Amino acid sequence: MTPRKDLLDIQSLTDEELEFILVNAVPFKNLFKRSVKKVPTLRGRTVLTLFYEPSTRTRSSFEVAASRLSADVINFSVSTSSVVKGESVLDTISTLEAMRTDYVVVRHGMSGIPNLIAKNTTASVINAGDGFHAHPTQALLDVFTMKEVFGGDVRGSRIAFVGDIQHSRVARSTNLLCRRMGMATAMLAPGSLIPRDTPKEISVFTNWDELYAWKPDVIYLLRVQMERQNVPFFPSVGEYHRLYGLTDERLKRVRDSGIYVMHPGPVNRGVELNDSVMTYDRCLIDQQVENGIAVRMSVLYWLKPGSVVEEAKS
Amino acid sequence: MPDSAPILTKKDIAQRIERIAWAIREKCKMEELALIGIHRRGVPLAERVFALLKPHYKTLLLGRVDISLYRDDLKSLEMMPKLVGSDIPFDLDNLHVILFDEVLHTGRTARAGLDELLDYGRPRKVELAVLIDRGGRELPIAADYVGEVVTVQPGERVSVCFEEVDGEDAVYVQKGGRR
Repeated sequence: MTPRKDLLDIQSLTDEELEFILVNAVPFKNLFKRSVKKVPTLRGRTVLTLFYEPSTRTRSSFEVAASRLSADVINFSVSTSSVVKGESVLDTISTLEAMRTDYVVVRHGMSGIPNLIAKNTTASVINAGDGFHAHPTQALLDVFTMKEVFGGDVRGSRIAFVGDIQHSRVARSTNLLCRRMGMATAMLAPGSLIPRDTPKEISVFTNWDELYAWKPDVIYLLRVQMERQNVPFFPSVGEYHRLYGLTDERLKRVRDSGIYVMHPGPVNRGVELNDSVMTYDRCLIDQQVENGIAVRMSVLYWLKPGSVVEEAKS
Repeated sequence: MPDSAPILTKKDIAQRIERIAWAIREKCKMEELALIGIHRRGVPLAERVFALLKPHYKTLLLGRVDISLYRDDLKSLEMMPKLVGSDIPFDLDNLHVILFDEVLHTGRTARAGLDELLDYGRPRKVELAVLIDRGGRELPIAADYVGEVVTVQPGERVSVCFEEVDGEDAVYVQKGGRR
């Protein structure tokens, strides 16, 4: 395994690197049971979080992960209202360079911005979500969570994504990683929310009956991303809920079949799921949040600062 | 494979481990005791002492620390080490703990192990047991139980092999820097 500077997407990870991150996440998670949850591993290192888009849990998850490794965390506030131009991103990068941070965790509404930043800084860049492109740490924590519930091996398990797949970088990254881990994947959504480039080997369903018949082990609900829909992709939220949401009647069937439910958060109650899902015993949402910290610790640990002297700024 | 004859054979090692176990029994009478091996070769050492002491203690606990996250030389490594993780499935508060490592050299591993233990709780007392003390300390650390003191020349290193890890029980002195 050769040292790496950045984590920008799932595709660029080798099998060995994937295993390194997923296997090490287990001892990191075990640290949470100790009285002192912190280890001195990244003492004196600085992690900067640079979020151009609002984030409910990813940002705090990275912050907790970095603090538990004893790194200092700096929150770089970016005005969310200003129109972000390429130039202003590059200006921000030169500021970061001057601050000599070791890691930059970046989220941006435009695909490819983390790659641009990575090329222009010596710091390790971690993509925390860019446009519709990728959200690699979410995919890693999702697979880590499934490995936990399936006793270490996810090969042959079946996962169905339900909801706004078109606008979801989570679906893109997690789907990619699931297939790479040997899982079968499927999609259920209104036709307008299914990406046009969906490969043929992924089953696409239009209703829940088809989905049940496929016998999924996991149903992965996606948030309906109102903020990304400048044109309506379905007639109304009520109709969406009726046709595609995890309603109480559907939950009953899901429970009877022992299907696990996942969601990247934050949830829209009454849209993609009902309140009762949150208390379902095979709902893995809280476990995903906890595992997110362990997996992000593992990623920060893997991208050891200073191990790659890049030809950056060339 | 080492090119020289071992300085300690399987029989010698068994005898040194018995000596350590005997010394612990002498010193720690009628007590609750926790033996914690430092991954990796401190673990089989702790397990063997554990087997010898088990009949003589009411409560004897066994654990493992992986000090990777506590090392002071991570900056100089090209890659971070793969983690095994620590396993201390009991409360350390007020326990008498003996930390095990196969070789005591610079004292840096023992320092890291000690720091990690203290993040698990507040033991009443912590002692250090090693199979080999080969000198060359870089930190103010001393072992409480020593199987054998070995004098080595500069540039030589001591390698302890255990069946559980290396397929044989033997101790070698080899040319080739510090381990």
